[in-house]
Amino acid sequence: MKRRYFLQKATAATALTAIGGFGIQSFSSLGAQKQITILHTNDVHSHIDAFNSSGNKNAKQGGVARRASLIDSIRKENPNTLLLDAGDIFQGTPYFNYYGGELEFKLMSMLKYDAATLGNHDFDNGIDGLYDQLPHAEFEFIIANYDFSNTIMHTHTKPYKIFFKNDIKIGVFGLGIKLDGLVNHELFKETKYLDPIETAQEMTRILKHEQDCDLIICLSHLGYYYKNTPDKICDLNLAKGTNNIDLIIGGHTHTFLPKPTIVKNVDDKHVLVNQVGCYGINLGRIDFYFDKENEKSAEGTSILI
Amino acid sequence: MRITLFFILLNFLFFFSCKNKSWHLTKIEANQITVSDSLLKKSEVEDFIEPYRTHIKKDLDSVLAYSVKTYAKTNGTFNTAIGNYMVDIIFDEANPVFKKRTGKNIDMVLLNYGGIRSNLPQGNITASHAYELMPFENSIVVVPLKGTTIFKMINYLIQSKQAHPISKLQLVINKNYELVKAEINNEAINPEKKYYVATSDYLHHGGDHMDFFKESDTVFNLNYKIRSIILDNFKKIDTIQPVIDNRFIQINN
Repeated sequence: MKRRYFLQKATAATALTAIGGFGIQSFSSLGAQKQITILHTNDVHSHIDAFNSSGNKNAKQGGVARRASLIDSIRKENPNTLLLDAGDIFQGTPYFNYYGGELEFKLMSMLKYDAATLGNHDFDNGIDGLYDQLPHAEFEFIIANYDFSNTIMHTHTKPYKIFFKNDIKIGVFGLGIKLDGLVNHELFKETKYLDPIETAQEMTRILKHEQDCDLIICLSHLGYYYKNTPDKICDLNLAKGTNNIDLIIGGHTHTFLPKPTIVKNVDDKHVLVNQVGCYGINLGRIDFYFDKENEKSAEGTSILI
Repeated sequence: MRITLFFILLNFLFFFSCKNKSWHLTKIEANQITVSDSLLKKSEVEDFIEPYRTHIKKDLDSVLAYSVKTYAKTNGTFNTAIGNYMVDIIFDEANPVFKKRTGKNIDMVLLNYGGIRSNLPQGNITASHAYELMPFENSIVVVPLKGTTIFKMINYLIQSKQAHPISKLQLVINKNYELVKAEINNEAINPEKKYYVATSDYLHHGGDHMDFFKESDTVFNLNYKIRSIILDNFKKIDTIQPVIDNRFIQINN
């Protein structure tokens, strides 16, 4: 079921008002509209082949070759597409045990992924095992809260990256989970974990105020939400505790969300938080439509989820 | 000429008007698409995967040993055949490595019940069974523990009422779950002596709340994966036939 929300600008009343009918045209009446498509995966965990047909609820789902044709058809429809992954690319099938992640990175390069962040399992063969596979990745690793300066990964990741698609400036930054307790120290070595909220605020300051991005996306491997430790940093708490992020693409908790969650940030503006389960079963697709600023379009953003 | 100039001027104006750009986000639409079998496989991608897949399949499907029965961790109370098999081969394969490096012997092996991830089925055993039994990348570490700490481990084992696999440690408890006998190498445990305990790096780091490992500040990492040990043993032996024995038993008084 689709629902339509008309979201007031923060300066106006902040109520989330549902409106019926087809009111979208009124917001795009002037000038050309630009459409940016964001495609995303998370926690694919070396699932290169589709699940086999034996009595599994995910039988026949997933598989990189099918994901590739799906992505191709979406790119044909809208070339202004970004393809992102929220980490835990590695570990889960013998493909990883045999080839150490080489095939995963080569296939993501074939599918023309634009960027990925790192998950805890991407350290399963140690930081050296990750480094060894970097030559196979023709996409960027984006992570802002891991300080790799005393490790072999130093200079091989970026805190953020700016993409231009059809004149729209898109800033993407990455956040990783605390490795201590999840991964043996000797695997992640001197990787320093920085506070996600503080890092996110620094990133959005750069991307919004210095770089003047039209759209800001956080690729996160923090996890969607932890019921037993509700105060632990997670995507929902990140969305609540920051500002200027438009979309958080999450991972780690293998959360199958039927639709993105809308969260209000510190400025009382809406943030979309999404995650598409795991193992390449689903592809997330979020389309952002931009109009030239005018009196009508300045009124707000409608979210169809 | 005049028309060209006009276009240039127009472009110039357009450029300037854009410079002060302010694209406004007016609509967001979200969808989730299931990667189902109704989608075509992109042949370029499929062809690229094929040689990798074939290699793994050939390797994983080759028969390495024969299992006499189906061994499941649910079969047994205080020790299980499958658990005994895993810890005993860890001792057999890891002790020579440890001895070569340190000149010392492993005194006992401990794994966790939850770490046995599948059954070992009757019939031909292939490498894929090693991946099913141990899908994780955990390695063997050897932790020196004082006898007093070994008793904390024994208390944990008794309290947990789960058949955590042990090797070279012999335990007897009574019907009230009180310790009757605890021996390593057929000798009573000396509270002051240091024992070398081989375990998984996962457990050494506090997995399954085995906090007693924290009492040691030294660890020897053998960099030998548990799955590699299983694979090496499959290759070495023809027949797998572990049994439930008396390493951990309860007596009726």
